Amino acid sequence: MSVTEYIRKSQIWRSIFRHPAPYDRRNRAVVILTNFFLHLHPVSAKKGGIALSYTWCMGGITFFLFLVETLTGVLLMFYYRPTLEWAFTDIRALRDVNTLGIMREIHRWGAHAMVITVWLHMYRVFLTGSYKPPREFNWVIGVLLLVLTLLLSFTGYLLPWDQLAIWAITVGSNMARATPFLGHEGPGFQLLNVGGFDLITNASDARFLLLGARTVGEETLNRFYILHCVAIPIVVSGLIAVHFWRVRKDGGISQPL
Amino acid sequence: MNPHPDLTVGVIHGLGWLYLLLFFLNLGWTVRSYKVDGQYESLMGIKHAPKALVWAAYSALLLIVTLVHFAVESDASNFKLRLPEFIKNPADAVIANPISFFCLSIVIYAAIILLRKWWVKPTVSWVLFNLSVLFITVSMTDYDFRKIVGKPDNVPIVGMLFLVGFTTWLYFSKANENDRRIAEGLPVREKELSDQVLVWPDLVYTEMICMILITALLIVWGVALQAPLEEPASAVKTPNPSKAPWYFLGLQEMLVYFDPWMAGVVLPSVILVGLMAIPYIDFNTKGNGYYTFNERKFAISTFLFGFMPLWTGMIVLGTFIRGPNWNMFGLYEYWDAHKLEVLNNVNLSDYFWLSFLELPLPKPDPQAGFFSQAGSILLREWTGILVILFYLFAIPPLLAVTIFKKFFVKMGFVRFMVLANLFLFMASLPLKMVLRWVFNLKYIVSIPEWVFNI
Repeated sequence: MSVTEYIRKSQIWRSIFRHPAPYDRRNRAVVILTNFFLHLHPVSAKKGGIALSYTWCMGGITFFLFLVETLTGVLLMFYYRPTLEWAFTDIRALRDVNTLGIMREIHRWGAHAMVITVWLHMYRVFLTGSYKPPREFNWVIGVLLLVLTLLLSFTGYLLPWDQLAIWAITVGSNMARATPFLGHEGPGFQLLNVGGFDLITNASDARFLLLGARTVGEETLNRFYILHCVAIPIVVSGLIAVHFWRVRKDGGISQPL
Repeated sequence: MNPHPDLTVGVIHGLGWLYLLLFFLNLGWTVRSYKVDGQYESLMGIKHAPKALVWAAYSALLLIVTLVHFAVESDASNFKLRLPEFIKNPADAVIANPISFFCLSIVIYAAIILLRKWWVKPTVSWVLFNLSVLFITVSMTDYDFRKIVGKPDNVPIVGMLFLVGFTTWLYFSKANENDRRIAEGLPVREKELSDQVLVWPDLVYTEMICMILITALLIVWGVALQAPLEEPASAVKTPNPSKAPWYFLGLQEMLVYFDPWMAGVVLPSVILVGLMAIPYIDFNTKGNGYYTFNERKFAISTFLFGFMPLWTGMIVLGTFIRGPNWNMFGLYEYWDAHKLEVLNNVNLSDYFWLSFLELPLPKPDPQAGFFSQAGSILLREWTGILVILFYLFAIPPLLAVTIFKKFFVKMGFVRFMVLANLFLFMASLPLKMVLRWVFNLKYIVSIPEWVFNI
């Protein structure tokens, strides 16, 4: 009995993998059905549907990048304090001092890459007409995931707390004050007043809600930190689950009818 | 004025690596050409020369260029292989002008669709790829180009352009093939591959290899390029230009033509709602699950118009071309904060009252009641309001009874109106651009009293 065979037959191994190695047809089906991570897949698929030149693998890469961002993001959180006093110096220390500082590079480039792969995934799904019935609703969820990906990237942009960060967020969030009715420089905000007092001011409008202050400051840093590390990832994880579930329930990877 | 530091040895060696990469790619292409492309019947007296000879010669030239770059050890300022100065000014003039920039992007968009049979041919697309790489390597010898394109945060955009080009090429080559098959009454290519295969190993191995490649790419990228970190944040030092993150620069660009409430809130919302509405307004049941162009001409052309000139094109514009004071700068132009651009934009109401009737603008009396103010505002702006009402409410029915009659019949009232309005919102940006360029038009409706400008 060889060593690998001994390990494969041990009680510990068999308690983890409840089936023999996927060497034959039956076990190749079983491995997909009984493994938690693999069971996202169907057991079999049409050859044309999983061809790389058809799918471009962009959705899968996007998901993988999300996992990379989660992993590197958690590691970065150990080194980063979202306060005016520390945010910038912590990031600079990642560059100059810490051994694992390259996590920041991987996190940032991975984020840019994720924005691009989301677009290309959407591009592919459009070009193959895969949003057509019965997959209409999954396309809608996909659009939501696209928005959330952009918001994840946008909220993360502020965290290094350098000039690039606060001015990009200032420019980006200035739009919110022009929101019709809900921004203090938007059309129709004067209509929302009680007894001559404006309800919408620079301390109560949509931009204030986003920033937590009248200008991008410490409250904004805290708000964006929570959004970036907790709130949006939770929503994204939920929607990814629904997105994958619906891929399976709506008939798998699209193929000619 | 030439405030530029010149080429450095490091940059020249870096370009040498790029040329070396291009050399190896073309070496591979030479082999492919030898196996696939066949021979020239008669080439300057030489009969039956393999077409691969041309590629071999080109590859050899690339190798020589590579060696020339690597041979530089000092005195980089005398390096001769660089973009000639006489090209820079005309190229800048085309790029730094909104009209020619937008026309150029529309021409490229139209060419991608109209010449789709031609440009996806292997040799043509390979030549295009080579030209685009050479454009970048040669341009890199220019300081200003290097400074903006080589910025770490901008590198992914260059990568994205190549990816969009590649995926579009992939799409059209597959769509052309399927369109040919459909015309001949054959099943599409995807249909032929309809036998079932097991996901282990056929899919999970692909996924595994993808994950490894992406991980390797990110590590190499992370080692090669440091993530940007500028000076500590300061609320009093406003950088010029102040730019949003790169993926929002298309939206920031719309601020040139629309007020923030339109460019920053209404139009982005319409884009999102429009994207979500696509499956519910596209009544065409063909083209589901395979690549085709001919069966979905309208849908694909519209989407490509939104994705290429409007979205990608405006990101390129916002990232590489918009400089200090949001002025446009050529790719080889120094970002001079004192560059002057004359802006003399006029509202439609000014045109009507001042130029046409030669009367003063009606002025609302700030002391008067709301209705009196509203009356004089409406009187002042009635032309613009009429134009907007016509655009939003009269054009959809007009489309329904004329060029989109078939659509209207098939889609029904509600779905057609949604489609028509989304279409009009999408068209509003290029329309506003053209009005700006031709008539210097600022606002069609301008009611600063209510912060309401269109």
